[in-house]
Amino acid sequence: MSHDWIKVELDRFLDAEFSPDLSLIEWRKRLVSAGWAAPSWPEDSFGRGFSQAEALVVSRVFADRRIVGAAQVGPRRLAAETILAHGSNEQKQRYLPKILTGEHAWCQLFSEPGSGSDLAGASTRADRKADHWLINGQKVWNTSAHHADFGILVARSNWDLPKHQGLSYFLIDMRQPGVEVRPLKQMNGHASFNEVFLTDARVPLDDLMGGEGHGWAVATTTLSIERQGFARGRSQGVPASASAGRIYEELARELEIDNEPYTWYPQREGRPDLILQRAQETGAIEDDAVRQEMAKLFCLTEAARISADRVAAYQKSGGQGVLPAGSIGKLGASVIARQAAHVHTMISGASAMLSGPESAADGLIAETLISVPAISIAGGTDEIQRNIIAERVLGMPKEQRMDTGPFREIPRNAQ
Amino acid sequence: MQVVFTEDQAQFKRVVHRFFDTHSTTTAVRGLSETETGFDPLVWAQLSETLGLSGTHLSEEYGGHGFGPVELGIILEEMGRTLYCGPFFSSAVMAGYALERFADEAAKIERLPQIADGSIRATLVLDDLNHPSQVGRLIQANEAGALTGSAPIVLDGCTAEDFIIVARNGAGLGLYALPRLSEGVTAVAQESIDMTRKVARVTLQSAKATKIGDVTSQDLNRFWDLTSVALAHEMIGGAARLLDETVEYTKGRYQFGRPIGSFQALKHRCADLLMSLEFAKAATHYAGFCLAASDAETIYPSMAKAMAADCFMEMARAAIQLRGGIGFTWENDTHLWFKRAKCDEVLLGAPHRHRARMIDILQEAKDVA
Repeated sequence: MSHDWIKVELDRFLDAEFSPDLSLIEWRKRLVSAGWAAPSWPEDSFGRGFSQAEALVVSRVFADRRIVGAAQVGPRRLAAETILAHGSNEQKQRYLPKILTGEHAWCQLFSEPGSGSDLAGASTRADRKADHWLINGQKVWNTSAHHADFGILVARSNWDLPKHQGLSYFLIDMRQPGVEVRPLKQMNGHASFNEVFLTDARVPLDDLMGGEGHGWAVATTTLSIERQGFARGRSQGVPASASAGRIYEELARELEIDNEPYTWYPQREGRPDLILQRAQETGAIEDDAVRQEMAKLFCLTEAARISADRVAAYQKSGGQGVLPAGSIGKLGASVIARQAAHVHTMISGASAMLSGPESAADGLIAETLISVPAISIAGGTDEIQRNIIAERVLGMPKEQRMDTGPFREIPRNAQ
Repeated sequence: MQVVFTEDQAQFKRVVHRFFDTHSTTTAVRGLSETETGFDPLVWAQLSETLGLSGTHLSEEYGGHGFGPVELGIILEEMGRTLYCGPFFSSAVMAGYALERFADEAAKIERLPQIADGSIRATLVLDDLNHPSQVGRLIQANEAGALTGSAPIVLDGCTAEDFIIVARNGAGLGLYALPRLSEGVTAVAQESIDMTRKVARVTLQSAKATKIGDVTSQDLNRFWDLTSVALAHEMIGGAARLLDETVEYTKGRYQFGRPIGSFQALKHRCADLLMSLEFAKAATHYAGFCLAASDAETIYPSMAKAMAADCFMEMARAAIQLRGGIGFTWENDTHLWFKRAKCDEVLLGAPHRHRARMIDILQEAKDVA
């Protein structure tokens, strides 16, 4: 479809339907039924089958006209994209519209205390009963689980098969007695994540996704969507701030809740954007040692930016994905964050001891110094990224595995 | 801003790749590194006359092909990959860019076509190879144009037919030319770590030279950017070759009953090396695109030189380490690249000088804004 024609049709729709006085949900329902909430999705799944370029035209119009779009902040996007790829038609009809309208918030229930990097070693049980699955176990690192309505869950439905084959993927209702959510306080004082305890929690048979024993394949889809998010850097939705009307007020409230777990995320990336100005204001820029470390940092940040542009250009020209861009980008982000924290420390000197609103940049520098360790862990540790790069790009041989054979015979952490 | 090669540029890269694969084998490189002249005149004639590579980046009005830093970079990347031995960098890049940047119109018309077609091999005599601000301290010109002084390191200084010389000339710097075989000129071969690139000490004793231009500090900085980016391409070409061969080695070498490439310690090191290479490559290609697009001063040429140098050295160290004992032998080829990496690292400024320059440029930009 021509880009001009998309614009014409969308403008016509917005002129007729949009009003800032609508409720947020009511407006998004209209968007969903017209296919404008997720235009790149297929036409039979609430979208319009648009290409990335066509979808970009739509989001530009939304931005230019300050129109509120579908809910997209947080783990709900992981759930939506995975359901879109693997869900049955009934599952798509049941769950996708309310994800787009924001009526339902979602969380991800993958990691466990006993399986972090080795996600396929999950030992949360899923036992099949007459008309439901019974779930028992513990999950961890569950962003936004405390206000989630549903979760995407990986659990073990067969203990006699090799580890990857015994997993199943479920859509679980979080609002039930068998689900307990507790906040998990991090070393930087925030509590963006939770622990989730599952005790005889129930999942209807219909909410198994992708078929019994196919959980790993489905989870891989979720993980690759998550990694793309890391490499791209998170954009957590643009609040149409300062516009008047009911819809904007409701949006502001929604974003306040949805963005809350992410307020420290820019700090875990090291805040290299603050370096040059701080070095000039403090006079640290006159120190040759600081200049060297600053230059090393800017080499990394600029090269990472250019490298991402190159990957995008290759993909656009239909060239093969020459690299696992996600893994290299993520590893690069870790190196950048550490170097930025190092330079911030050099610039601050003894003042780097201080935290809180009275300290440098309203406390952002202190928060940076104690948040950076997260970047090389979250979403797959640096070590796992290095394995991926070595094996998938460089074609280096896999290490001998100690975890083949029936899962119940594999050594694992004490429960 | 362009960020990846056009289809024409990619096609050109394939042609150049084939040429150097055929004509710059490791056997040829080892053979030439043992000679005094250090190059094969037949291969030189083929690459400059038949393929016309020497004139790639020079403008058409002076006998070149009118391409720019990107196409020149493609050539150098392939030369670095195969450690090509010959006067390309000294004549086409150093002398060619110096003439194009600094020389008078008449001197360009007279001299550049011969450099572009390779019929004359020239080199640039610079009395400092560390930083543009230090050039012109050792070689002086008197009013009659006679030059006195010395340059400790001149690429291909014993074989070049013409010397293009930057000398102090009163308050400023001038560009001069004379044939190597002139009265008052002595060129003595210097031993270099890198046997694949010959260097000499050049001494001038009231040597009568022709003044062919003036060298402003701004022009000298631009020249330094152009040559640094060309050299950065050579380095990423060499680094990429080392990574390919090192990874292959770890797949085929067995210890403890398994290929050593299956050990995580080696995999992680190789993954880090790949990231370092991707970043250096991104920086280097981008610097080429920037220079092709505009003459403005940016951080990117120095960034490319610093990153490519660090990457090439890091790669060379790892290439030897991951091979273990065999990597430290003369018979194994790895040391040939290691030595080129060491010399390229410091030629035209060690990485720390280029990093310092990046911050100078950022500060100036901030002051202006």
